[in-house]
Amino acid sequence: MVETDTRRARRLDPRLTVALAASKLTAMGIRRLGRGGGTSAPGLVADRLDGAMLTKLTGRLEHGAVVVAGTNGKTTTSRMIADIFEAAGYAVVHNRSGSNLVRGVVSAFVTRASLTGAPGGEIGVIEADEAALPELVRRTHPRVLLLNNLFRDQLDRYGELDTIARTWRAVLTELDERTTVIVNGDDPTLVAITDDIRAKRVCFGMNEARHRLDALPHAADAAVCRVCGADLAYHALYVSHLGDWYCPNCGRARPELAYAGGNIQLHGVESLAMDITPCGEAARPIAIGIPGLYNAYNALAAVAVAREVGIGWDVIARAFAAFRSAFGRIERVTYQGRQLTLALVKNPVGFNEVLRMLTAETGGLALPTLIAINDLDADGRDVSWLWDVDFELLATGDGDLHTTGLRGPDMANRLKYAGVALERIHPAPDDLTAGLDAFVAAVPEGGAGYILPSYTAMLRIRKTLADRGAVDAFWQQ
Amino acid sequence: MIEKGHVSVTTETPQRLVIGWLYGTKMNIYGDRGNVLAIAQRARWRGIDAEIREIGLGEPIPDDIDVFFWGGGQDQEQVAVSRDIQGAKGEQLRAAIEDGAAMLAVCGGYQLLGHEYRPHDADPLPGIGLFDAYSTAGQARFIGNVVVNSRWGTLVGFENHSGLTFLGEDVEPLGRVEVGAGNNGTDGTEGAVYRNAIGCYLHGALLPKNPALTDWLIEAGLTRRYGAAALAPIDDRLEQQAHETAIRRARATR
Repeated sequence: MVETDTRRARRLDPRLTVALAASKLTAMGIRRLGRGGGTSAPGLVADRLDGAMLTKLTGRLEHGAVVVAGTNGKTTTSRMIADIFEAAGYAVVHNRSGSNLVRGVVSAFVTRASLTGAPGGEIGVIEADEAALPELVRRTHPRVLLLNNLFRDQLDRYGELDTIARTWRAVLTELDERTTVIVNGDDPTLVAITDDIRAKRVCFGMNEARHRLDALPHAADAAVCRVCGADLAYHALYVSHLGDWYCPNCGRARPELAYAGGNIQLHGVESLAMDITPCGEAARPIAIGIPGLYNAYNALAAVAVAREVGIGWDVIARAFAAFRSAFGRIERVTYQGRQLTLALVKNPVGFNEVLRMLTAETGGLALPTLIAINDLDADGRDVSWLWDVDFELLATGDGDLHTTGLRGPDMANRLKYAGVALERIHPAPDDLTAGLDAFVAAVPEGGAGYILPSYTAMLRIRKTLADRGAVDAFWQQ
Repeated sequence: MIEKGHVSVTTETPQRLVIGWLYGTKMNIYGDRGNVLAIAQRARWRGIDAEIREIGLGEPIPDDIDVFFWGGGQDQEQVAVSRDIQGAKGEQLRAAIEDGAAMLAVCGGYQLLGHEYRPHDADPLPGIGLFDAYSTAGQARFIGNVVVNSRWGTLVGFENHSGLTFLGEDVEPLGRVEVGAGNNGTDGTEGAVYRNAIGCYLHGALLPKNPALTDWLIEAGLTRRYGAAALAPIDDRLEQQAHETAIRRARATR
């Protein structure tokens, strides 16, 4: 394998070299102009000059590429996987900044590749946007494809869930036995679209006794059997529509789990621990410094990928012990003498899980909280999704709720209809910096608060905090 | 879920309002549950006992519904619902509207209140013909903020539809679009009104940030039940801010 790879890399491909040179120059130019991380323009240039660049570069990775997809948790999960690979001693090519459209992935590979076309690493980790997944899979022929979950998200951009599921199904049927598809078996939609594929399917899921939901949340989408159309039932429900499901009508049920998570211990907004039981083996304890049940799913998915690639449990434990979350996903900063915890909220399921985490210990919201909602393209221009989040959870508790962002007023109104007392709702100015200042002034010095921003609001707030010395800029990580 | 009101104005015999949510869990893809919440909460804040009843597939229309809500679903669900609403169920719904019940239908529900929906590559899905209108699958998708001038004042919401709706002579439009595509992107109309039933393409959710329309639906429902209705004013500052911000964003992003 190594010899073949070296020989291939040595065989010069002039078109590839020109494309690499041009896009590397683009990236340098962008950095020099100070235009942010320069995460997608180089990919655009590369694509124009050599449309096969990504296929060529991933084809030269000695240990192949892992593609990670899912509505929620793909950035966090792909970082866990990349960290595990690095702990195992591999040089990893990864679109780590979270730029996950085709051009963002191409840019990440351009950065690492040599001008002669060597990929600059032995294994690839590719985080894929839902809409870009089919194209990325076709271009990279992954060794492992991880399908983490499929939730309702930004209907104005992605279309309905059925539409995404159909495009995924189409590419899944093209894969052969050289690809291992690792699937969240707790997600009935993902199971349905991976039934009868030629690729090897490996399922993970939860067998968890304590952290269960009583009923499907309003945000849940896939509660019907994809085969017979009957309503699905659950032996246990964990997050949104994820759980130990079965169809009471036709008898379809969650497949056997190759990796089962359980005995989950959630420690506030700090960390979690759980046991992972590979089919037919003893349970293995893992621990990681990021919080929430949704991250237990992400950790389980990352372990499944690592084990399928043949990485040992000790290496996984070492990587998890050193793991830091992706920028803005969940972050703790000290700012003007206040402890602020930032958690990105980008769709109903993610928001529900963050609220569940913040209210888990006291049953209500204990700390003052700023919710920052924008309606730019990357946030979703339609704020209807706020009505699918169960803000009713916040009606109990003493924490004041401040709102800001281009759609801050929509958010404040949503809280009113959730039954939050009017005295607890504080509309701050729509301008995010003014909104942040008003919020911070309302948190007592030495106190703590939560900031829950939508995507572009997170970028803006984080930049303000970075400019004022509270956090590092993300592309330096 | 929706039990906690802000104000409770106690009268000697509290009035009732029964909200019928057609196909609730099956047709709720764009946060349209917010419309049901808005009707219930604004009734409760005035001391009215509001009850929400879901009317699922195969279940008859109860005869004591004051306000109906019908949202949108994905394609698969739209087919099942079209089948379900035919026959006696559709007749019961029409009879309730003829008798003065109020209704808001959005997107998929709106289309099935017309004569039929004509997909690209399948047989037409019959509606119940409450509105003299039909819908057809379009080529493009209309996605964006919408501002409509109506007899309820300016209404603001978000459209996301590829179906085109064309109104006949026996139905009024909800209003005329100032921003957005509306019913079909060509004739400047948005939505439809027949008696106290409104159909439209506006998500957002629509009612929480257009409280005048919400109160009109509640009043219509109460009037049918009690012969008259007068809603006490409530503190609408957050609703008005959301309303004005949404209009400003719509005009800025058109």
